[in-house]
Formats: sequence, C-alpha cells, structure tokens
Amino acid sequence: MTLLKVDDLVVEHRTPGRPVVRAVAGASLSVAAGEVVGLVGESGCGKSTLARTVCGIGRPASGTVSFQGRPVTPLGLRRRDPSLTGIQMVFQDPYASLNPRRRVGDQIADGLRTAADTSTTPADLLDRVGLPREFATRYPHEFSGGQRQRIAIARALAARPSLLIGDEPISALDASAQAQVARLMRDLAVESGAGLLFISHDLSVVRLIADRIAVMYLGKIVETGRTDEVWADPRHPYTRALLGAIPAPDGAGVLPAELPGDVPDPASPPAGCRFHPRCPKVMDVCREREPEFGPVACWLHEPA
Amino acid sequence: MRRRQTAPRTGGLLRRLPEAWRRPLAIAGGVVAIAWILIALAAPVLAPHDPLAQELPRLAPPGPGHWFGTDQLGRDILSRVLYGARVSIPLTLLLVALSVLIGGLLGACAGYFGKWVDETIMRLADLVFAFPTIILAMVVAAALGASLGNAVLAVLVVAWPAYARVTRGLVLGIREREFVVSGRLLGFSAWRSLRVDVLPNVTGPVMVLATLDIGTALLLLSGLSFLGLGAKPPSPEWGAMVASGVEVFDSWWVATFPGLAILTVVLAFNFLGDTLRDALDPRTARAIKERAI
Amino acid sequence: MSERHETAAGDGVLAIEGLTVAIRGKEILRGVDLTLEPGRVHGLAGESGSGKTMTGLAVLGLLPHGARVAGRIALAGRDLLSLPPKQLNAVRGAEVAMVFQDPATSLHPMLTVGRQLTEHMRHHLRLSRGEARERAIDLMRKVRIPGPEEAIGRYPHQFSGGMRQRIAIAVALACAPKVLIADEPTTALDVTVQAGILRLLRGLCDDLGLAVLLVTHDLGVMSAVADEVSVMKDGLVVETGPRGQVLVEPRHAYTRALLDSLPENAGNAAAATAGAEPSEGEPA
Repeated sequence: MTLLKVDDLVVEHRTPGRPVVRAVAGASLSVAAGEVVGLVGESGCGKSTLARTVCGIGRPASGTVSFQGRPVTPLGLRRRDPSLTGIQMVFQDPYASLNPRRRVGDQIADGLRTAADTSTTPADLLDRVGLPREFATRYPHEFSGGQRQRIAIARALAARPSLLIGDEPISALDASAQAQVARLMRDLAVESGAGLLFISHDLSVVRLIADRIAVMYLGKIVETGRTDEVWADPRHPYTRALLGAIPAPDGAGVLPAELPGDVPDPASPPAGCRFHPRCPKVMDVCREREPEFGPVACWLHEPA
Repeated sequence: MRRRQTAPRTGGLLRRLPEAWRRPLAIAGGVVAIAWILIALAAPVLAPHDPLAQELPRLAPPGPGHWFGTDQLGRDILSRVLYGARVSIPLTLLLVALSVLIGGLLGACAGYFGKWVDETIMRLADLVFAFPTIILAMVVAAALGASLGNAVLAVLVVAWPAYARVTRGLVLGIREREFVVSGRLLGFSAWRSLRVDVLPNVTGPVMVLATLDIGTALLLLSGLSFLGLGAKPPSPEWGAMVASGVEVFDSWWVATFPGLAILTVVLAFNFLGDTLRDALDPRTARAIKERAI
Repeated sequence: MSERHETAAGDGVLAIEGLTVAIRGKEILRGVDLTLEPGRVHGLAGESGSGKTMTGLAVLGLLPHGARVAGRIALAGRDLLSLPPKQLNAVRGAEVAMVFQDPATSLHPMLTVGRQLTEHMRHHLRLSRGEARERAIDLMRKVRIPGPEEAIGRYPHQFSGGMRQRIAIAVALACAPKVLIADEPTTALDVTVQAGILRLLRGLCDDLGLAVLLVTHDLGVMSAVADEVSVMKDGLVVETGPRGQVLVEPRHAYTRALLDSLPENAGNAAAATAGAEPSEGEPA
C-alpha cells in the first residue's frame, strides 16, 4: 500500500529581487508502509526541501503530496491536522532539534500526548532508542550529538508515526555513531510498521538501511531502484559518478574518480537534461530535450 | 537570576561566582542595587525623621541631626531621600516589568505570527520610536494629567516598543529552529509552541535589556516629576525633590542628595545589566581572550 | 615542480615526541609520537574527542588558553614548544600551515581572495605587490581554480564550497610551507567535490614535497590519500603503520572495531568488540 505519494512536485524559493529558484523541479516519489526509501544527492539538490514539503513545511508551487490517500496541507498557523501527525521528522542538526530549556523526558512526552498514548512513558522510549531510562530528567546540553539524535528519534516515534522522515539525520554525527543511528532509525521504523524516508548525502549509509533508493540531482529524481540493484549496477551517469566518488577504506590508495564541474545554479538550470554539462556520456539529444521518464531519467535508458 | 549572588560575603563565595560577576563594577553594581532595595524596604526604620514633618529649621545645611540638611519647608532631606526609594524603586521595577510583559508579548506575537499582526504592532512601535522619548512621555503625561500614576503610564507608552523590537527579532531567529518545527509537527497549537518552545528561549537577552532599562526608566520617571508632570508635593519623589532644590540654588544640598540617589541607582542597574549581558553573551571579551593565541 | 625542500635532522621534517596536552587538569593528549616526512601524507584517524585535532593545533601552537604542553615538536631541528611567541608566529604560516574543515570560516568574507593570498606573502616573504599578485595567480592555478586572473578579484561567497576549500588550500600554501596540516578538509563537502580535493592534496604533496598531516575520521578518505596511518584513541596513538597494513590487517583491536563499524562492514558490527576478522572493503 502506498503510504506517501509525491507527484510531479515543484517547490520554489522566492527572494525579492532575485530570480525564482526551483529547489524541487518536478519530482515524483512514493513510500510504502514498512518500506525504507533512501533519498540521496549532493547538497543543494533539493532533497531537504522535498522532505520538508512532505511534512507540510512550505507550500508546493505545483504538484501534489498525498499521505494515506489524502493531500498534505501546508502547516500554517493553525494546529496541524491530526491525520498528518502520522508524519514525523528527525532533523539534521542535533543541537537545534531539542528545546534547550526543557527536560528531554517532557519533550518526549509531547510526542506521547500527540498519539494519546497513556501507557508508554518517556523512559520506555529512551529504552527503545538505547539510552538509559533515567536520562528523562536531564536537559539536552548534557548529551552528545548522537545521544541527542536518539532523543529526537524517541520523540518522533512517541507520536506513533506511520511515516518517519530523516532529513540528513546522521550527517552531523561522529563516523562511528552514523551507522548506528541510521540502523536504529531503520529498525524502529520497520518494527512499528512505518515507512521511512531517509535523506542523506552519504550513500554508504543509505545502502546499509534502504530497501529502495532515489537519486536526486538539481531538483529532479534521476534514478530510482532497489538499493542492491542500483548499487551493483548504477545506470544513470550521475549515480555512477556519485558511487564512484566514495573512497573505499580498503587500504589500496586508490583516489576516487572526480566529477568535473560544479552543481549548476538552480535558478538557471541548463537546458535539456540537467546533468548534461557534467555528463561523461553526453549526446546531442541531452542538450535539447529533458528526459521526463523513469526509473532512470537518462536518454541512454529510455524505456522502450 | 544569579543577581543575588553578587553580594560578596566571604572570599570563598567571591571565588565561586561566575567570572563575569567577579569584576569590580559588577560587584559594586550588585552591592549598591541591593543596598537601595534594602533601604526601600527599611526606610521607616532607617529614617531619623518623618519625611513630611516640617519640624526642623528651614534650609539648614548638612550637620548633626540632619546629615543631608533640610529643605525650604524644614523637612529632613536624608529621611526624604530614604523614603523616596520607596516611591521610585518599586514604581520603576513595576514599570519595567510591565514594559517587558507588554512589549515582549506584542513583539513575540509580531515575530511568530508575522503578516498583518507583525505589520500592525511594528508600525505602532515605529510610531512611538519616531518621537524623542522624553517629549512623547511629556505629551502623554500632560494629556493624562499630572500624577505619579499617569507618569508611569506615560513612560510605559514610550518604553514597550524597545522590548517589542528585541523580542520580535529573537523570535524570528528561533521560530524556524528545528525544535520549534518539531513541536508544530507533533501538533502543538501556535500558542502552545510560542509559550513552550519560543518564549523560554528568548528570555535571557530580554532580561539583559530590562536590567539596563531600569536606569533609563528611573531617569525618565524622575524627569517627568522634575518637570512637574509626575509626583505631586509633598510626596518625597527624587525628581520632584531635585526640582524643588533648583529653586533654592544656594542651598546645594537640597537638589544634590536626591540627585545622587538617582545617579547611584541608575549606575548600579547599568552595571548589573552590562554584567548580565556579558554573562549571557558568548561573544564576551572574556571568551575572546580565552580563544586568543 | 622545481621547488625542492631539503630535509633536516633525520628522515622527518616534523617529529612529535611524547606530546602531552592538559587543559584544566584534564589530559587531552597523553604522549603522542608522530613523524611527518616530505612528500608523504600521514593520516591521523580516530573518533571525535580522541585528540586528533588537538595534535594538529599543538603543532601550530594554537592551543586554547591555559593549556599545559609537554614533550617535543621538532621542525627542522628546532623545538616549536620552546620557541618564543614571536618566532613561533613566523614559523606558523611560513613553514607550517593549516587547512580547516569549514572553508567558510577560515576565509575572511569581506576581503577578496587575492588580498587574502597576497597579505600572507607580503608579510612573511616580503614580496612586492606585483610579485605577490603573480604568485597568487600561480597558486590559484595550482589549486585548479578556473580563470585565476579574474578569480583573485572575487570574494569567498562567490565561490562554491569545493572552490572555497581549494582557495583555503591556496592560502595555506602561499608561503611555501614544508608542513601542511589538514583537519577534516573534506568533511563539509559532498563526495563528488571531496574527490577533487583529495586528488589536489595528493598532487600537491607529490609535486611540492609537502609533508601533510591529514586529520580525518573517514577511513575511506584515509585509504585514498594517506601513505601512513596513525589511529588515535583517548589521547594516545594506538597504532601506526603503512596504509595497506593498518586498514587491511589492523593490529590493534580498536582499529579493527573502527573498521568494523563502517557501513561497508556493518555486517560484522555486532561482532566488532569480540574481535571479528577484519573484512576488506569492497570496491565501489
């Protein structure tokens, strides 16, 4: 069953006196219940904007986001629609995602109140994210980044979400904590039957936890597929470049392949395929027409 | 607040203070401010005479029996200055508290809700800012009629916009923070989000402003009384006392002692405010010194 | 490159011996030994809090106020720890330079890139304005900034993150240092950009004979560019050796645990503490 469906979503950032920036330029994506989808791409590709729009933070310029068959309404000044509290998010910066003035137990209790859960205690949730129960009475400044992120996960889970979104939840953590926290998110989401949309620029971690992977470039999703298949046989040249750039800790001293050029300005994306100026396999058609198809948006892989 | 810790009793206690509070100005400010508050509380015990009784020789210079001299009606100036603390200090504190409450709340709403709420509140604040403070306060006080209560109201009118501006700015900075958004995603109403997540995180800087503002508010309040727009005689209000002293300039003591009272209170609270700011602000001179090579 | 850097005393340009650093009674470094050699990249790995950054800062004499330092940091025969501040200042920037994690904070936002490059050179090398400009353009070319003549007139915010890091490296290289300390130079960058910076670092090391201390938590980065690898834990170097040995057949249990916690090897993570066989990372 499709839990989340994003269809041809366009999100624009408007600053007075500047050209409109299309952070998300027609992206489609779906997440099923119990499924873990990894959304990867370089910084500035629009993946965080996509995630925030899914939560209702920000208003799409066009396209639709629907959750459990109902459209997601943007979060305004009104209280969030109770049917939407089933979408919860864990943010990137562990130092900004907890209120520094409140005990962590109270903050987790907010989540429990959302789910009208009276049988679970904040300590139970701390237990589930692998922290000692007695931490509930402490304040956020007493914790490390990794611990804070676990607390943020506990708070999100307390609301019993059916879709959990992680917006780069591990990129600010120590290397050793990254894989642990990512796995924890996956396990807890899957255990509770929720879907997980995990956003990261770190492919090696996404590979570890995602069932399906979506690669985003300059506001568009350029390739989707089962994680193991994409990993074993990346088809879009951009996916290949991304995977090729990860240095392997094999002790061989092999320098990773370099992808020439910078990400173009999203305010004036190149004509045709957005990746063509950096693509090693660029063809004439790439410069003229945008590949508007999936699962691999590349003229080399046009569906028959 | 940690202000109470500034009274140094023993060397040990002094050493336990945070570094920002250990500087001479901070200690001096703390001691003087606390002394004035104690004086305000204990004025009836401390004052040698009734502040209103006209029982001493008129315009007697400072001397035994009347250490600060007497005024043109034969009242003891020391007693009047001590009693004056009961008028000026509580009113000033109340005034600042009300400004913080009104300005802070309006500013928080402006910052959090934005749009027309923001426009309305901030244009109103700009309107107040457009006038020179003392002149606007005079206009308001004159329009309401000369009384101490109306003077307080007049100062309130000119004082709240500063808090509204500061609070609005702080709220704007914190509104988009992840923990605030997380709360909204959990279904917090805007009001609950403001109360639980936003306001507790902006109080520090607003408190600094308030402490710094106590001096200004006292000056403004005494200023209005000095101009005859505040306290009515025979009330022992410092500003009014200075005003009456100006009439008898040869008897310097009549205006000087209430003036000194105003000066010391203003300075003390300014020192406290500065210290509070340094203690709360991570970019203090101390922090810079520590990071220097 | 024509520049050849003569090596002093023994085989290393920079030798750290028994370095200890304590801040407010807490020992951050507990006796660190490291030797940097010209033309070699020495990787320093470890988790945050292990003291790897502090080691880099100690070499530059940039320790926080009130830190107690003991041991020896020998650069070309002189002990940096016993140098008076003025001479240390001359060494820092001219002979030892540093590149930080976040190029946005290490470059001055209000000065043109050219100004930041030439300032150093004119101060340390006493070059004329024209000579400094020539050299600045040359450096920008060396770190492969496109259009170096125009680029030196621009401000940091006009460059992308990867370009800014290249510029930060150019600034570090301005006075032809012998030793470059790179503290997590690619951590804030995307993988695709990281690849370019790693290639640049490796190239500079090979061409200029620089001795590079690469501080990073990323063992993949370590494997790509480091010749020697040291692993730090709790203020001590627990293992040092050639890249191929440390990353493939680690001798110390902690190194093995670090390798096992990597996503590539995460299958073994549970067995990490039990001392599982180190599995080899698979090629991407």
